[in-house]
Amino acid sequence: MASAQVIKRAKYKTTVKDPGTAGVLKMAWDRFIFTPNHPNSASNLDVEFRFIKGHKNTKEGSNKPPWLNLTNDQGGSYIFEFESYPDLHTCRDFVGKSIGRSGETPTAASGKTDASLPDEQISTAELELRIKLLRENSELQKLHKQLVIGGILTEAEFWATRKKLLDRESSRKSKQRVGFKSAMISDIKPATDGRTNKVTFSLTPEVILQIFAEKPAVHAAFLKYVPKKMTEKDFWTKYFKAEYLHSTRNAVAAAAEAAEDEELAIFLRNDDILAKEARQKIRRVDPTVNMEADQGDDYMHLPDHGLFRDGGKDIIESQYELYRRTLAHDLNRHAAVVLEGRTVEVELEDTRTVAEALAKLKRVESANEDSDGTANQGILERIARITEIEDLQASHGPPLAPLCIKDPRDYFDSQQVIAVKAPAAEGKKCNLSSREAYGSLRDSISQTKQMGLLNPVVKTKDALQVFNALSHDISRTKYDVGKNPQDSVLDKLPSTTKEQLLHHWTSIQELLRHFWSSYPITSSYLYAKVNRLKDAMSQIYPQLEEIKKSVPAHHKQHVSVLVRQMHQALDAAFQHYDADLQKRSAKSSERPNGYV
Amino acid sequence: MASAPSKLYADDVSLLVVLLDANPFFWSASSLPFSKFISHVISFLNSVLLLNQLNQIVVIATGHNCCDYVYDSSSPASRSAGTGKLSALSVDLLEKLEEFVGRDEKLLKKEPEGSIASSLLSGSLSMALCYIQRVFRSGPRHPHPRILCLHGSQDGPEQYVAIMNAIFSAQRSMVPIDSCFIGAQNSAFLQQASYITGGVYLKPQLLEGTFQYLSTVFGTDLHSRGFLQLPKSVGVDFRASCFCHKKTIDMGYICSVCLSIFCKHHKKCSTCGSVFGQPHSEAASEPNKKRKAGDT
Repeated sequence: MASAQVIKRAKYKTTVKDPGTAGVLKMAWDRFIFTPNHPNSASNLDVEFRFIKGHKNTKEGSNKPPWLNLTNDQGGSYIFEFESYPDLHTCRDFVGKSIGRSGETPTAASGKTDASLPDEQISTAELELRIKLLRENSELQKLHKQLVIGGILTEAEFWATRKKLLDRESSRKSKQRVGFKSAMISDIKPATDGRTNKVTFSLTPEVILQIFAEKPAVHAAFLKYVPKKMTEKDFWTKYFKAEYLHSTRNAVAAAAEAAEDEELAIFLRNDDILAKEARQKIRRVDPTVNMEADQGDDYMHLPDHGLFRDGGKDIIESQYELYRRTLAHDLNRHAAVVLEGRTVEVELEDTRTVAEALAKLKRVESANEDSDGTANQGILERIARITEIEDLQASHGPPLAPLCIKDPRDYFDSQQVIAVKAPAAEGKKCNLSSREAYGSLRDSISQTKQMGLLNPVVKTKDALQVFNALSHDISRTKYDVGKNPQDSVLDKLPSTTKEQLLHHWTSIQELLRHFWSSYPITSSYLYAKVNRLKDAMSQIYPQLEEIKKSVPAHHKQHVSVLVRQMHQALDAAFQHYDADLQKRSAKSSERPNGYV
Repeated sequence: MASAPSKLYADDVSLLVVLLDANPFFWSASSLPFSKFISHVISFLNSVLLLNQLNQIVVIATGHNCCDYVYDSSSPASRSAGTGKLSALSVDLLEKLEEFVGRDEKLLKKEPEGSIASSLLSGSLSMALCYIQRVFRSGPRHPHPRILCLHGSQDGPEQYVAIMNAIFSAQRSMVPIDSCFIGAQNSAFLQQASYITGGVYLKPQLLEGTFQYLSTVFGTDLHSRGFLQLPKSVGVDFRASCFCHKKTIDMGYICSVCLSIFCKHHKKCSTCGSVFGQPHSEAASEPNKKRKAGDT
């Protein structure tokens, strides 16, 4: 095991934006202590790991400084900024171990505490979901009122079995991921002030996101230069100057400006990163793609397919090719970005976050692509297979997949074995041997052949008796139960009775579910819960009796059948409870020396 | 005759598939002798054929070791003409039945243990459903099929899975399974079959009047059942058999993946192969053991 103590220099911050107080962080196996460098500063800390719920830290590859964030169980957090990432890693590992160690002891302790309800972190979102569910479903609300507000179950227990309902609610509200607009909002037209020579460009984070997505060179420049070399305002001023130069179609002036200002040059030149990506894509094109061109593919004789940006015509000289940007370029690039469908999940607050979020996304994607080496292998194999010339190859048979058919006889044979071993069912004993049995059956058949059918087939009095019995049965059951075999008895009852019965049934279900899941009783919390449940169930018992009495006579039988079922379920629970109680008292009396 | 085809296969044409129980062990111990029973049945079949010219009847015998078709009214005319006492149907059916019983006996491997052996209901149900499927695929106009089980033997719990599968496929094809149970106790399988497929389950109280029961309750076609009231059974025995031992059980363990039923805790589901977790009772029993060891 590593050393029992870790001592590092760190700065303690209360929030992310806090500059932080410098000091020394000392971690022992059960607590950590922070002493600031200035003895007058108020941020002395001495916290036990028992109260620390979790820890987060910034990643090494990101541009963030090395921070470790320890969250305590009341929702507060302690943020420490270290001097280097290795420091951060040692502390983080230590914290992880300590939390794991101290996590074991408290749960054992809390198991013994008397009737302490488990701590529940309910977020406000979840609370809202619950309230909404209760409002919409009146049955659930009634159940909730009866059980939770009546003090029989706690909120946690009530909602523990209803996670699926809550999830369904929350997923209904899930945000739709919005992609890029198809309109080219990055092509901003400035607002001109008629009097002065100022033009004003207004930028919103969505526009910025699109600009960064479409022009990776601008994105890279932003990450590189801001805030180190220039402020954001300067950056955007330069960018829009470049845009202005583009819009004037003055390639000569653009070249001149580019020669002077390095940063401006980035915006004016063609996008390097984009060119590199395009080259990569070209390399990966499937050689089996049909490249046959037709008249629709003609894009040479009319520049830009005859479309002109802002109505002007492009007249470009070859030495300024580098500074040319046609409408076709821009449109294609915009379309490619929109169709890629990259979504950035972060809230777009300021440019910095936008840039970083996009950078992270791109990194993730490139990492995924790199790990796709096997996919490339597959593609190469497929290309090799498709491009082969069939008449020069020997013919190979169709591809084979191994056949796996389980022998159906296995199943039936095993059934046969089991059937033969099956124990004897109850019923009349067959006294004859099999041969005699078959013989007697055959005799009956031949007897019938000889004698012909019975004449009359059925005696009159028998027929009449059958007829009467059937009619009576049919009319009785029709009156009682209804026409279809799947009609329910409940629909015949008056609606109040029906509702009461259903309500009692659902509450009994709920109580029984909690009751049976609490066994075997391993802690006093469960014991108290079982007692509460038992009291609630004993209250319902006489209520059911009341219902039975209040029902009019012709429904009494059905209601009593239903009530009897509920009583049986409750009785089984009571029995189990009593048996368990007896067992416990017997066991506790066994202990020697009166030890409790 | 141009208008005649439209009159073919009106709503009330029925195809009745009768599953006749020919289990000798049951019949040798039954209170109603087989010869009387078969006359009731043959008279009933004749009367069904009389109801509509286009009605069809198929009889499948359910034996102890095998099942087979013993009569098909749509097959070309039988070899034997009727004798004076019996119609062609009866003669044909009885002869085939006798042959069937002989075949069944030959297939007998060993004496059935215990008291009552069950007959192969699952086999005959499957054969009936296959025949009905063939009728469905014979064209757009076909009679409305239904299955009538004349059964008396006990349920064999080892056939639970096969019978339930047959019942569900009958439900899917909308073929009602009626049952007239002439044995001693109620048959859970047939009750479930009738309940699930929307058929009628009847246990006649007076066996001498079987013909009357048959013609009153089971004679009508499916279309007319819409305006008749037929007897309903009040309760259905929904008990299942466990998949491992084929015992009938009330409480058991169920695999949450494939819903197979087991009577004891298993480590692995034998149907779908999913692995189960530990049962709770083991955790509670351990402290008991420790304490006992400490006391002694």
